[in-house]
Amino acid sequence: MLEGLLIGLTTALSIQNLLMVIAGCLIGTFIGMLPGLGPMSIIAIMIPVAISMGDPSAALILLAGVYYGAIFGGSTSSILLNAPGVAGTVASSFDGYPMARQGKAGKALTIAAIASFAGGTIGALLLMVFAPALSSVALLFHSAEYFALMVVGLSAIAAFAGTGQVAKAMIMTILGLIMATVGEGALFNLPRFTMGIMDLQSGFGFITLAMAMFALPEALFLVLKPKDLQGGDGDIKDLRITGSEAKAIAPVIGRQSLQGFFIGVLPGAGATIASFLGYAVERNIAPKHEQTEFGKGSIKGLAAPETANNAACTGSFVPLLTLGIPGSGTTAILLGALIALNVTPGPRLMVDDPQIFWAVIMSMFIGNLVLLILNLPLIPYIAKVLAVPRNYLIPFILFFTLMGAYIGQNNATELLLLVGFGICATALKFADYPLAPLLIGFILGGMMEDNFARSMQLYDGVAFIWERPMTLALLVIAGLLVVLPSYRARRAKARAEGVAEGD
Amino acid sequence: MALDRWIALILLGICLAYGYAAWFTMDGSLAPFMKRNPIWPSTFPKVLSVLGIIATLFILLGIEKSTPKEADIDYRRLGEYHLGQALMLLALMVAYALCLRPLGFLFSTSAFLILGSYVLGERRWQIMLPVALIATVSVWYLVQEVLGIYMRPLPGFFGG
Repeated sequence: MLEGLLIGLTTALSIQNLLMVIAGCLIGTFIGMLPGLGPMSIIAIMIPVAISMGDPSAALILLAGVYYGAIFGGSTSSILLNAPGVAGTVASSFDGYPMARQGKAGKALTIAAIASFAGGTIGALLLMVFAPALSSVALLFHSAEYFALMVVGLSAIAAFAGTGQVAKAMIMTILGLIMATVGEGALFNLPRFTMGIMDLQSGFGFITLAMAMFALPEALFLVLKPKDLQGGDGDIKDLRITGSEAKAIAPVIGRQSLQGFFIGVLPGAGATIASFLGYAVERNIAPKHEQTEFGKGSIKGLAAPETANNAACTGSFVPLLTLGIPGSGTTAILLGALIALNVTPGPRLMVDDPQIFWAVIMSMFIGNLVLLILNLPLIPYIAKVLAVPRNYLIPFILFFTLMGAYIGQNNATELLLLVGFGICATALKFADYPLAPLLIGFILGGMMEDNFARSMQLYDGVAFIWERPMTLALLVIAGLLVVLPSYRARRAKARAEGVAEGD
Repeated sequence: MALDRWIALILLGICLAYGYAAWFTMDGSLAPFMKRNPIWPSTFPKVLSVLGIIATLFILLGIEKSTPKEADIDYRRLGEYHLGQALMLLALMVAYALCLRPLGFLFSTSAFLILGSYVLGERRWQIMLPVALIATVSVWYLVQEVLGIYMRPLPGFFGG
């Protein structure tokens, strides 16, 4: 391994490759800030550039830089404008945006940068050590386990619901799942619930829904009830995190790097589930008085998804590099680029082209470091976005939501859907319905149905639930996740009313 | 009846319509070989419709008591806020959606940005115009030239 490390270092530290990392990170960060252009589309756009370079190591290094940059850039728009452009950064807006509202935008971005850096670096370390061993574990996960994993992800919505809100959160999740069934499913090739409208055949766009659920109601609220985005004078205060805050988020970062990485290793799970589960887990294990902070600007609630999604991105390279199986859309595009460069990822990669394997791992370390160094000084300027006068900021937010929806589908009907859903979402927000579960249900719904259908066909019925122990275990965990919070709340209430606990 | 229960009623209606479509209209057109599958395209929607109906009834019948908390905006006094501005902006977004293709990106976007600030009460044209134009052209340049995503810049009758 040491030999491999040295090969990787010498490859990655050449001037050309260093420039590639820096360029990739910069491009990724800036384009990633535009909602609607996630890592997948940016990498797809960069592929011609990468292929024309001819050197597979350099190309992969550039693309990995773009990937990390895009994810960091995506969390910037989640935190500052509540406009998550990538599914993996939706969870970052739960606590990041409230922090920005309290005038702590600089601090939120700093925490995001540090958490991403730590998640990415620890992920790369784990990748180095575990990649060969993990590839066999990833193969143990079948569609039944994936289905169970999605159920765990969905039942984590109990974590987003406050007391007396569980039914509302459930409704919104089911509504999200229902919306995910609109359009043509991958398994059936039948248009469902399109009401004969051609534009609905491909289903609702994720970006459209994300913008309509988060960014649009937020902008409308700002119009209805003007208040300063920055708490007071428009200064960016609290840029640094204090020692006690660092101490509070350090264990979160440690746990979520591990958890995120291992979820990322599973093909198909990826950064989105890692970030939602990370948020839910941290909320559930936090002490009581910190639990109420979640969703209102908790630093732990921001650090958890940020760490987890970066660690998961690194984790998703494990099946790609060792098995040649792309675990996500982004790694699928990377696989295409690699094959175009005459490199076939798979078990032979580490034997045939060790310099590529190790150069990529080294470039992950360098990429994360470069990202941190580039972004920390830029944060005060990025956060200044919020100091733009309201009369200009709001039209621009609205414009970027429209642009995001349009670029994704290149379809003007999508814009009308965006406005329609935005109005519905505002009404739901008035009535105190949580909107995040709807989006989570929508994102996971398609994957969940596909995996469920696949395991139903493999086992010719629902027998897979009890015949596969791992599936059963995951489903039990999911059940506990739903029941425990309400049980805990009921017990706390009973205790508050002075009812003696049974002994 | 409070707003959240009205919404639950509407959602119940949606779930019922969805359930009707799933239970009664989808299976008839299924190809015979697909009927031997253990799972049909309508299986998942059927489960969802039942779950959805149960969950909405929970709210409608008030089984789970939620404590009304102080909302950011009280919808009962909506008229006291800047409702006009919000509606104008929504109308502007619809107009933008309808105009984007026929009138081209450059014109629609700069008009949207200028009118948007105008609706919000901005009257300093000497700032509004340059800001909107620079932003429009730079976004168009980025998307069209750098990223290579086609967007018709000029109105259709100019052949753009």
